[in-house]
Amino acid sequence: MRIHLKRNRLWTRCLVLLMAIVITACGSGGGAGGDSANGSGAGLETGSSDSADEPVTLTLLIDNQTAMSGIEAVVKEIEKRFNIVTQFELRPGGSEGDNIVKTRLATGEMTDILFYNSGALFKALNPKEYFVDLTDEPFAENIDDSFKEVVSVDGRLYGIPASTASAGGWLYNKKIYEELGLSVPETWDQLIDNLKQVEAAGKIAVAGSFGDTWTSQIVLLADYYNVHSELPEFAEQFTNNKAKFADTSLALRGFEKIAEVYQPSFVNEDIAVATYEDALRMLAEGQVAHYPMLTSALPTLEETFPDRIDDIGYFGQPGDDPNNHGLTLWMPAGFYLNKESEHIKAGLKWMEFFASEEGMSIFMENMTPDGPVMIKGMELPDQVYGAVKEMMPYIQGGKASPALEFLSPLKGPNLEQITVEIGLGMLTPEEGAARYDLDVENHARQLGLEGW
Amino acid sequence: MSKNVKSVYSYTLLIPAAIVYVTFFIVPTVFSFFFSLTRWTLIEWEFIGLENFIRFLKEPQLFIGFKNTLIFTVVTCVLKVIFGVMLAVLLTMNIKTKHFLRSVIFFPTLISFVAVGITFKVLMHPTSGWINQMLGLLGISGPNWLGSPRIAIYSVALVDVWKGVGFATVILIAGIMSIPKHYYEALEIDGGNRWNAFWHITLPLTRPAINIILTLSMIYGMRTFDLVWTMTGGGPGFSSDVIASIIYKQYQAGFYGLSTAGNVLLFLAVMLIVFPFYKFLTRKEVSV
Repeated sequence: MRIHLKRNRLWTRCLVLLMAIVITACGSGGGAGGDSANGSGAGLETGSSDSADEPVTLTLLIDNQTAMSGIEAVVKEIEKRFNIVTQFELRPGGSEGDNIVKTRLATGEMTDILFYNSGALFKALNPKEYFVDLTDEPFAENIDDSFKEVVSVDGRLYGIPASTASAGGWLYNKKIYEELGLSVPETWDQLIDNLKQVEAAGKIAVAGSFGDTWTSQIVLLADYYNVHSELPEFAEQFTNNKAKFADTSLALRGFEKIAEVYQPSFVNEDIAVATYEDALRMLAEGQVAHYPMLTSALPTLEETFPDRIDDIGYFGQPGDDPNNHGLTLWMPAGFYLNKESEHIKAGLKWMEFFASEEGMSIFMENMTPDGPVMIKGMELPDQVYGAVKEMMPYIQGGKASPALEFLSPLKGPNLEQITVEIGLGMLTPEEGAARYDLDVENHARQLGLEGW
Repeated sequence: MSKNVKSVYSYTLLIPAAIVYVTFFIVPTVFSFFFSLTRWTLIEWEFIGLENFIRFLKEPQLFIGFKNTLIFTVVTCVLKVIFGVMLAVLLTMNIKTKHFLRSVIFFPTLISFVAVGITFKVLMHPTSGWINQMLGLLGISGPNWLGSPRIAIYSVALVDVWKGVGFATVILIAGIMSIPKHYYEALEIDGGNRWNAFWHITLPLTRPAINIILTLSMIYGMRTFDLVWTMTGGGPGFSSDVIASIIYKQYQAGFYGLSTAGNVLLFLAVMLIVFPFYKFLTRKEVSV
């Protein structure tokens, strides 16, 4: 009996305490509200300093895998001209970094400017909520329309190009091609034939780097030109739940190509654990003949192997028609301006300069471009990588299409694991495609898209 | 404990701990139960009933995740106890360097999981890793520890045993040291040998310690994540995914409601397995 009484008292005490906590928590919440009212006063002050010559500091969140020399040069120029200092904050890349970006946006801790992917990943951020609408800014007109598309939601523009575009396809070692008398393949069968000849010559035909799982998707993603040129409506149907990879034979082909390319006889022995850097090294040193990759690997290659960069060539992933050999384009990442920033005026000035012809030329002077420029009317400088020169005829001939992730907001998060399993022969291409369709369904449901 | 023993301290003394426990454990737990029923973007949520749970259970890799979690748990539990008992018996014997050896055995426990994971990832590289190079010197061609889908999860489990066995050993040493000496004296008078001493005295009387290790490593094993993530990332493909890494990948993809539902399920599964398991173990305990 006595014990019971005590228990009851304990519970009442706990309850009273809990209520006390809740009440004080509310109280401090109110206090914070008061603070933010003060904060907006401070905002007014800084607003006036934007127009004057007093220095403004903008913070910029960027991942730690992007080559920075071009951005840094432009930023220096901005500091000289407008007295706007840019402070970089680094974050990890890949999905680890996506996490940080999403969390910081949701908690209101985002920097003034954000550097982030364009396309599906950008659209998944709910841009309307967080970024300044740039549609009516005068500099919006300078930006190439194909790029505008991948940083717009509901017809409103939110970003400027942070770099030049790049292409997905096949990097190859020209010396090996010369040695074996091979020529650039125009069809898929010719490519497989080339792989066999390299194998017969006792070299590794294809570098696989599944230790960095994202690299395993390139063969599928870079095949999208071949889908797009025959089936331009696929992206839209895919987004609306009307087309699937598993039952669209053209799209399924991409999964099949993974299985055909990463055969044990073609690839390096340590494919399951080799990294992106390992593969680039093998390609530059002439141990392997091909590496399916994005041309954005070229600046990294140049940095690590400056004297071998001219040995590296590029061709788009071929389809079945030799007269329709095209490439798949990757749009550059974008810069986005935080709606909650206290320096929106300075931020806009910053963006205006970056997206101008002047800004882009400073960028390209300091970083050799790896693909076409996204500012209207600008050409590539004479000084470009040999591989990029090989890329331009496709674009000039109109044989280029953006990758699927720039045409649809949907990209299943498990694609890279699925492509690894296909590459290692753990899944058949058909199983993999079906599984990816399921993964995409998950993504669509989470986005709350209609028709799913 | 009998009911008429008066508690020594007033319940008021529990309040500081209770506040911490309620705000940092109970409240978030209740929240997560709620958000597991929503489509959640961290700012906005929309109530969607049990859909997250249905989606989570439909994940094709979930079966692999459960299987691997089970393999990992069983392998680490069993090996930690076996090696732990062996080492503890050794280190309670009269050997000169026993204090030094005890610290050495305990050191891996002090290193962070991420550091251990990254180090072993390098050591276990199929061609340039030290482990396979050593084996190569002995004329054995070592397996592709982390790159082979069939053995990756076992490789990770072995590393976990290496890291965790020190902790198990320390608990077991404490258990063995608390056994009164006169049991052994009695056995000696009865003419028992060392094996008898181990089998009939040491082992039964360290049961409580063994049970603690089994329970702890079981709970740890079921929600294991750090080592798997740093060493294989759940790969190659999905072959070494455990439940926690599946949940983490969903969280990374921004599927917050879905991953919370996964966590709720994991929480329930751990409770459902560990409680009866612990009850079962403690029933057979012998008190000293």
